[in-house]
Amino acid sequence: MSFIGKGLLGLRDWVDDRFPLMQLWNDHMGSYYAPKNFNFWYYFGALSLVVLVIQIVTGIWLVMNYKPDAASAFASVEYIMRDVDWGWLIRYMHSTGASFFFIVVYLHMFRALLYGSYKQPRELIWILGMFLYLSLMAEAFFGYLLPWGQMSFWGAQVITSLFGAVPVVGEQLAELIRGDYVISDITLNRFFSFHVIALPFAIAGLVVLHIIALHEVGSNNPDGIEIKKLKDKNGKPLDGIPFHPYYTVKDSVGVVVFLMIFASVVFFAPEMGGYFIEDNNFIPADPMKTPLHIAPVWYFTPYYSILRANTVDFFGVPGKLWGVIFMGLGTMVFFLMPWLDRSPVKSIRYRGVIYKTALATFVVSFLVLGYLGTLPVTANRTLVAQIFTVVYFLFFILMPFYTKWDKTKPVPDRVTH
Amino acid sequence: MGQDQASTGPGDALMNKIIYVLCLWVWVGAAVANEGGPPLLESHANLDNKSNLQRGARTFVNYCLSCHSASFMRYSRLVDDLGLSKDVVEKNLMFTTDKIGDPMQVAMKPADAEKWFGVPPPDLSVVARARGADWIYSFLMGFYRDDKRPTGVNNLYFPATAMPAVLSRLQGVQVKLEAQGAHVDAAHGEGHAGPILELAMPGHQSPEEYAATVRDLVSFMVYLGEPAKLVRYKIGFWVLAFLFVLFIATYLMKREYWKDVH
Repeated sequence: MSFIGKGLLGLRDWVDDRFPLMQLWNDHMGSYYAPKNFNFWYYFGALSLVVLVIQIVTGIWLVMNYKPDAASAFASVEYIMRDVDWGWLIRYMHSTGASFFFIVVYLHMFRALLYGSYKQPRELIWILGMFLYLSLMAEAFFGYLLPWGQMSFWGAQVITSLFGAVPVVGEQLAELIRGDYVISDITLNRFFSFHVIALPFAIAGLVVLHIIALHEVGSNNPDGIEIKKLKDKNGKPLDGIPFHPYYTVKDSVGVVVFLMIFASVVFFAPEMGGYFIEDNNFIPADPMKTPLHIAPVWYFTPYYSILRANTVDFFGVPGKLWGVIFMGLGTMVFFLMPWLDRSPVKSIRYRGVIYKTALATFVVSFLVLGYLGTLPVTANRTLVAQIFTVVYFLFFILMPFYTKWDKTKPVPDRVTH
Repeated sequence: MGQDQASTGPGDALMNKIIYVLCLWVWVGAAVANEGGPPLLESHANLDNKSNLQRGARTFVNYCLSCHSASFMRYSRLVDDLGLSKDVVEKNLMFTTDKIGDPMQVAMKPADAEKWFGVPPPDLSVVARARGADWIYSFLMGFYRDDKRPTGVNNLYFPATAMPAVLSRLQGVQVKLEAQGAHVDAAHGEGHAGPILELAMPGHQSPEEYAATVRDLVSFMVYLGEPAKLVRYKIGFWVLAFLFVLFIATYLMKREYWKDVH
């Protein structure tokens, strides 16, 4: 062995005597056994991590030139776009990364719905993942104010004023969040603080917990079979393969394909037709001019639709407050998935037609609500949004019943590969 | 992405189909975005030709930059991006005491501008990104005589605009033909603002020349909104080419390692 090779091994051993280096490596990579039948849907966890790294690294460089000041924020973003070397690329990677973060996370969550990844014994992984999702939404919301365009300003104004719908303390609560009566320089400063310090810390910490919990119980798979039940004479799962090198090389392919799609957007369509960067956000924030049509970025629009669909006062509670309540419930209800789902099987492959129909209907309602949320309100659209809001919640409310009644197929002992 | 990914169950196939159909549907829906007002003219703005951008820059500094600033844009950028020498930019495109490294500002004070026009003329640095090239093109094509307006003109695409018809010396004066319907449709495609505007008094340029002037101006404004647009497609091509090679390498590596997974 070469001199350098010996030196590196010596260094490794020196560290290993003082830190559980090899143990960590083996627990999470070298001897972590993952099911060998992962399919397309299993790329999105690793891809979320890739996007997180892209966001953190580009974010560090953006902060070097961005000014969190209402008088200069908009200009500083344009300064980055024009005068900073490669600033346009860093900025587009960050803005595109925001949307792609939600794309991969939504697909990652959908994978869990397909294969019952939230079910026992993975409830805690799911709950930690839900906290990650909520943190990501907060991170995106705070970050969207920073370019200080019209949509930044009015989007934040709409969302913060929702807290005003809370009875008695509402107005004070909204003012507490904004630090002012309207969105202002003070709000920009605190949102900047949350966006670059508080939430990145929370997200990084939750990612570590999410992965530790996952590696404790082991990954689910498209068959929803616990591979730990059948082991060989060495105690290794028969249907498992070490994460490294098998899934590191496989995920590398996924990462490169992802980067090709990502780069296509960054270089050829960074605004994505106004869905990733809204046209109106190229008009500097103007507190005196309310845009005719205020729409959040696409990843929030399903919930925005639910909010706007609540136009009726009932039980003495105003429609606006119901909207806030249902929007909150619409995001939080996912937490209950492990207990709402009473099916004896995990994977959609062995579930009956009822769950398949329910899940398909839910996906349709989520997408329809998302689409409607990007459009201005009309009476017809509100009606459609109301219908699909009901469908959205019925998926969860009826879940304990239809998952129980659904006719499932027998689950094999070994994974299909 | 070997055979392991082909082995999806019937449930997955159903899901994939649904997602495909929905993606298509959302995409189609997104195409029908522009609502209200007359349909916009197509600008055919194009950043490929440097001389078009140079002509656009000349029109911009001569006609727009007296009232509108472009304060995020530095003159020196024109040297780097439009293939002009520093000398040409300083002599032909800069009329004030600005230095070559300065941004494109105007001398007019916003308070004065508000008094004269009712609203201060907006900064044009990123207006092409906010409004879109077709909108600006249509707007500059859409002025017509209207004696009820303080400026004497109105605009088909931006009714009651505060902006006077700055380019009328070139375009001439258009009048609006009220509700004459189908037979004036022939005028469309001539570079004029749709079927209901007619040239009443010709300007220095023919309608074709004027359309080309505005097209170059709009192209310049698209560039002005995002100077990186001149390079990002080219760089993107090489990035994708590199990633494609990397894809082949990683794919072959994956296939090699996975040979022993049965």
